[in-house]
Amino acid sequence: MERKTAVQAEDNRQEIHITREFDLPVDLVFKAYTTPELLEQWMGTKVIKLENFPHGSYRFVTTDPMGNDHGFNGTIHEFEMNQKITRTFEMENTPFTVQLEFLEFKPLSDQTSKLSIHSIFRSVEMRDQLLKMPFKQGINMAHNRLQSTLESLKK
Amino acid sequence: MNLRRDVFQAIADPTRRAILTLVATQSMTAGAIASNFDSARPTISKHLQILTECELLEQEQNGREMYYHFNAAKFKEIADFIEPFRQHWDTKFNKLEVVMKNYQKKK
Repeated sequence: MERKTAVQAEDNRQEIHITREFDLPVDLVFKAYTTPELLEQWMGTKVIKLENFPHGSYRFVTTDPMGNDHGFNGTIHEFEMNQKITRTFEMENTPFTVQLEFLEFKPLSDQTSKLSIHSIFRSVEMRDQLLKMPFKQGINMAHNRLQSTLESLKK
Repeated sequence: MNLRRDVFQAIADPTRRAILTLVATQSMTAGAIASNFDSARPTISKHLQILTECELLEQEQNGREMYYHFNAAKFKEIADFIEPFRQHWDTKFNKLEVVMKNYQKKK
């Protein structure tokens, strides 16, 4: 089966391309990105602020399974209804510096669409570190689960 | 010409992915690989050259014939690096699709 989400990260470049085709009209995908209640549902994050216009800003807070809060914020640079969002993205309290993101929404048919995200990092090292992050998180989470299982066995 | 081929560029091409799929199950000669495609032989040769340069394919001389092997270790190296990140987003986007389909139904 063809994978719906594709990630392209060429060697020695400080950028990532993510593309995804949706079985949804383009305006609904755009809405999922711009309506706080909907964004909260699929991103699993709290939307503190979301100003959908140029020079507007946004801030999300995600609580991890251990109860720690992680903040994300950025500024909107371009906002074109059902077409594109250009914004910065920053993870608060991490060694990662701000990224620049270009989100493009394109209709493929009345009922299908494609989202392309082009993220640019400060350095190749930073990009590679971020790519490895979900992998590390996965290992940490598995480790934590193991830990709590072991703790409960001790009782 | 690029001396150091980019592996990600190499697997981005559908024909090259198809070649890898073919060779993954058994070693094959260039002629045998080409017979599976409509493309001209030189086009396939070029694809094989690119895949060999980025070490996804390995050549081995067997008598008069040159066989191509799939280098699983190299492929795993690339796949492992990006795959968790891709899965992370794939899961999020699958969720988006579900959330918006429900939203669509309610309207």
